[in-house]
Amino acid sequence: MSAQEKSRMIGVDVGGTFTDVFVLNEAEGTAAVAKVSTTRPDQSGGFLDGIGQQVQDLSGISVVVHGTTAGTNALLERKGAKTGVISTQGLRDVLEMRRRDRPRTWGLRGDFEPVVDRRNRLEVPERTLASGEIRTPVDLDAVRRAARALLDDGCAAVSVLFANAYANPQNEQRAVAAVREIWPNAHVSASSEILPEIREFERFSTTALNAYLQPEVSGYLGRLEEALKKGGFDGEFMIVQSNGGVMGVETACRLPVRTALSGPAAGVIAAAYIATSAGFDNVITGDMGGTSFDVSLIAEGQSMLSPQTAIDFGMVVRAPMIEITTIGAGGGSIAWVDRGGLLNIGPESAGSDPGPVAYGLGNDRPTVTDANVVLGRIDPDNPIGGKLTRLDVEAAKDAIDAHVGQPLKLDTLAAAEAILRVANSRMAGAIRLVSIERGFDPKTFAFMPFGGGGALHAGAMLAEVGIARAIVPRYPGVTSAMGCVIADMRQDFVQTINMLVATADTQALCGFMQAHTDQGMALLDAARTTFEAREVSFELDMAYVGQTHTVAVPFSVVVENGRVIPPTLAQIEMAFDAAYRATFGRLLQGGVRRILNLRSAVTGKRPKFDLSTLAPAAGGTATPKAHRRVHFGDKWHDTAIYDRLALPTGTSIDGPAILEQPDTTVLIEPHLCGRVDSFGNTIIEPRKDTA
Amino acid sequence: MSIPTDIDPITLSVLAGRMEQIADEMDATLFRAAFNPIIAEAHDASHGLYHATTGDTLVQGKSGLPIFVGVMSFAVKAVIEKAAADGDLQDGDIYIFNDAHIGGTHLSDMRLVRPYFRNGQLFCYLASVGHWHDVGGAVPGNYNPGATEVFQEAFVLPPVKLARAGEINQDIIDILLRNTRMPQSAMGDLNGQMGALDLGIRRMDELLDEYGAPTVASALTALGHRAEALMRSELSDLPDGRWEAEDFLDNDGISDVPLAIRVALEIRGDTMTLDFTGSAPQCAGPVNIALPTTVATAYVAIKHIFPGLPANAGVMRPIDVVVPEGSLLSAEFPAPTGGYTETILRMIDVVFCAFAGAAPERVVANAYGTINALSIAGKRSDGKPWVMFSFYGGGHGGSSESDGLNHGNAPISTATIPPMEILEAAYPVMFRQWALRPDSGGAGTHRGGMGAVYEIEVLEENGAEAFLFGERGRFAPKGISDGGEAAMNRFTYEQDDGWATPPLASKMRGIKLRQGQAVRLETPGGGGYGGAAGRNAASIARDVARGLMTAGSADKTYGTAWREVVI
Repeated sequence: MSAQEKSRMIGVDVGGTFTDVFVLNEAEGTAAVAKVSTTRPDQSGGFLDGIGQQVQDLSGISVVVHGTTAGTNALLERKGAKTGVISTQGLRDVLEMRRRDRPRTWGLRGDFEPVVDRRNRLEVPERTLASGEIRTPVDLDAVRRAARALLDDGCAAVSVLFANAYANPQNEQRAVAAVREIWPNAHVSASSEILPEIREFERFSTTALNAYLQPEVSGYLGRLEEALKKGGFDGEFMIVQSNGGVMGVETACRLPVRTALSGPAAGVIAAAYIATSAGFDNVITGDMGGTSFDVSLIAEGQSMLSPQTAIDFGMVVRAPMIEITTIGAGGGSIAWVDRGGLLNIGPESAGSDPGPVAYGLGNDRPTVTDANVVLGRIDPDNPIGGKLTRLDVEAAKDAIDAHVGQPLKLDTLAAAEAILRVANSRMAGAIRLVSIERGFDPKTFAFMPFGGGGALHAGAMLAEVGIARAIVPRYPGVTSAMGCVIADMRQDFVQTINMLVATADTQALCGFMQAHTDQGMALLDAARTTFEAREVSFELDMAYVGQTHTVAVPFSVVVENGRVIPPTLAQIEMAFDAAYRATFGRLLQGGVRRILNLRSAVTGKRPKFDLSTLAPAAGGTATPKAHRRVHFGDKWHDTAIYDRLALPTGTSIDGPAILEQPDTTVLIEPHLCGRVDSFGNTIIEPRKDTA
Repeated sequence: MSIPTDIDPITLSVLAGRMEQIADEMDATLFRAAFNPIIAEAHDASHGLYHATTGDTLVQGKSGLPIFVGVMSFAVKAVIEKAAADGDLQDGDIYIFNDAHIGGTHLSDMRLVRPYFRNGQLFCYLASVGHWHDVGGAVPGNYNPGATEVFQEAFVLPPVKLARAGEINQDIIDILLRNTRMPQSAMGDLNGQMGALDLGIRRMDELLDEYGAPTVASALTALGHRAEALMRSELSDLPDGRWEAEDFLDNDGISDVPLAIRVALEIRGDTMTLDFTGSAPQCAGPVNIALPTTVATAYVAIKHIFPGLPANAGVMRPIDVVVPEGSLLSAEFPAPTGGYTETILRMIDVVFCAFAGAAPERVVANAYGTINALSIAGKRSDGKPWVMFSFYGGGHGGSSESDGLNHGNAPISTATIPPMEILEAAYPVMFRQWALRPDSGGAGTHRGGMGAVYEIEVLEENGAEAFLFGERGRFAPKGISDGGEAAMNRFTYEQDDGWATPPLASKMRGIKLRQGQAVRLETPGGGGYGGAAGRNAASIARDVARGLMTAGSADKTYGTAWREVVI
């Protein structure tokens, strides 16, 4: 089949409950979506089933891109492989000692089990100093003995973690070469390969977690790839990374730790693209799930990246990730009144199983979703998700009465409104955190809810935070799958430099920049997908000597025909001064500038598709499919219910109204209106007559 | 339980969250801007809102240092008294001071207090505290184990106006910067603290614009009632009774005499008394603490027992803290207080042990109980001085739920330890070992967490000098409910004729080290929870297999049944 005929790109996002598939037909400019139940424990069943709903002949597919939670789940549920560590003499406990933190500030309870058992953390004689000087050459016989002992004990993966390997990787690389000679599989990770950056705990943790995930994730991806091939697929199979870029499946098998936030990252990428296409470069996304509300900020079309995250207490992954702030306020979060008479939401959650009281699956404490049900905002006769046929409104009312109404002396409806008000205020707090507290004015942002429940709360976010409008994508439930199709290919690199600017060796710096560029380009070359453009960007982590926190200093470097032209010290100094002034307002007189790390990113821009291909037709009228009573404020309103996907572009509907689609309910409160834009998004804004 | 005010409970919930967020954002503002790593990385700082006439804590940030939750209101009270005496409080004033005998903790903590006015009326106070890198005195970093007066620890600044009606008084800044070894760092931190207060004022303006001053004022009153109601409700669930506990500090760093810390904890209905009568008298060395610190520490201990309680003074209304005059828990000016951390850690230990009499499942066994402030300093070959100063971790106590955490931070702190590689890159040292310390956790159904071993070699050819300020060298962290004691703190240093130990066990100044010689710190673990007989044989076998316990000590502590278990 020719490239012309191979015109379908497929994005697949496997979540906890649903597997979403987004199929883009580039030749016809059309798109289709499918949603099937996630299969467990092997997610590949749902994955293939979902694709099969839209595409029979896999040979017509050019690219399959996967946003996966396989890595995240293996970490959270501690289901990675039995893993060994070979470490510097005296340092085998770094993984277990962490940075001397504790799980919670108050209470002093809780302990910690690292993913590698102390029995399988072995030490060998070797030592490199911070200067890079090798004080003790590595004892390779000891390394081989350690590797054999780990194999004999049943370890399926191993990581080599040596002190100061960022400064000079020689000892570590000799050791890892010796291990690879005897290790029977590819699951060998070295800290200087995974993260050549200063800070031993963060580097060791990231490397050990990578090794821990390798057998699981590469096994899973291998099964998927094989099944795709069996179905006739011979295109490119790619995986979304936490940084919002995609990587080839071989890279993902080598660096599975980079998939830690794969699924959510894809969602944010799609949100940025949808919002930018619709004319909003500044957007705050809000993904409301069963247990949490995840917020992310996109400024001028760019999502924020954070340098590291903790998947769980003591499980630190240091790699650039799309910054996502999570609070424990989801649809399943439980509302309760404490002994001081204060209404609280969460952090305890009924999740999706047993779920809200209205599900009738055994939970009897009221949740945020129960409040939405009691107030008529969710249709009890057509529950989202398709697992249940009807929601139990009476049980939800009883639970709200018993746990919130009676203690606060409120009637059922007032109690349900109270639950929503407190939940909305907590969600608004998360939005303030990522916007106002980082110096962004929310008035210049649009709010984009996705996930099943977010669009019920969009109006409240406008009122609480002062956001001008909300934009509900046409298919909010498959945003992550769509993001898979949109995301660029990207590789990040880091190298600790630790030089004073005044005496920096720019040749050495340039050598690292060149090496990063070459490695990144080689990965792009190896990909069988097409790129519209290639970009290389560099950033230095810099600070004044004596200062703890570094400032990210982006600077432009010319790359001609793949050759990096070295920057001058004056250029680096100017870039630092500009970045420092932007962060702290003023420079430090007489301060000595220092470079800590080099960060490089090599990006292959993938072709984008026109979102208007997803849009409904224009013209025609919008007719409610039904009416029902919905409670807002202190009274019931007769509220029109529309079939959202049937609404033509250009339609404007005044609240109160509810727009329903199979996996999402969009609420338009009485003082707001909803407009269908030319892409089929719903823009929720204050009504002109009430503004 | 209903709240006796005119505010509706929903608005109260919303406002509680909003005001906590203001305090949190003030914390975050300073953490980002601060120059010195003790604030920037270890978060040794705090911010909050305080009552306009009493100075009581209304709301406090969640990310600052736990000890400040109780102590900040004393700083505000001191300013209220000063302003009343002078009769010149104005909008735009900022007071600054570090006097620990008035404001608690130690002289390194610089406190800024700013009144918040609304329509010409004093509404509340905002305050910011942060641990500065250096505030003068005899020893860089101000941990002087040999101090016998505050004047040897640091310069002392009483509450004075840093700003008058919005006008900064540059004279004060000039004095401050002339009295520190690190003026640049101090100026950066001061700017950060003023920035945090500015931000707090802006956020309060926005909040009061949105909700109106009367509603917010009602909410603040209601939150105090709520905190009190929560505390009373918790106490009512507990049996009435009186329980005593005692423990000892090794010494005061001057003379080798143990110092008792005693508490009698009494619960009657919905009230509690913590009576520290019987504690040692004021001492010569720097393990004294001032009265505000003592009261604040009682609060920290209580909040660890009831972690759900808010940071609000209402919590303390049903609690009476009795502190004997003339004791080291109410030291008089100018007694040195630089080592206050050790004393308050011991106070928390005795409160936990006494509380275990009422409800053992509510407390954890003693944590390692010393911050081990270790400083290694010298001159490089080019003559430039270097000082590596850090605190080291140890084990946490076992609890009703689980074994204690291995290598945690102190209960009064949330500070993380700097990475070994950062220390090695910054100073001429090499860590020969950075490891867990086997057999250091106390025995128990849930054993204590393991302490650590840090062995640090000097690489600099000029050698170095070491200073240690520690504790728990003579008295071990205790268990709860028949749980066993943890291993004690052990500090040794290498000399030409082998390894030596300090005469005062846990404190020493001026240890001379040559290139290639090392110091070795073996920190205590946590105490155990519940009797050793209750420990699951598989857990014992796993500890032995992991090398966290030696087989011999497992046999001695738990018997040999674990040897039958295959794991």
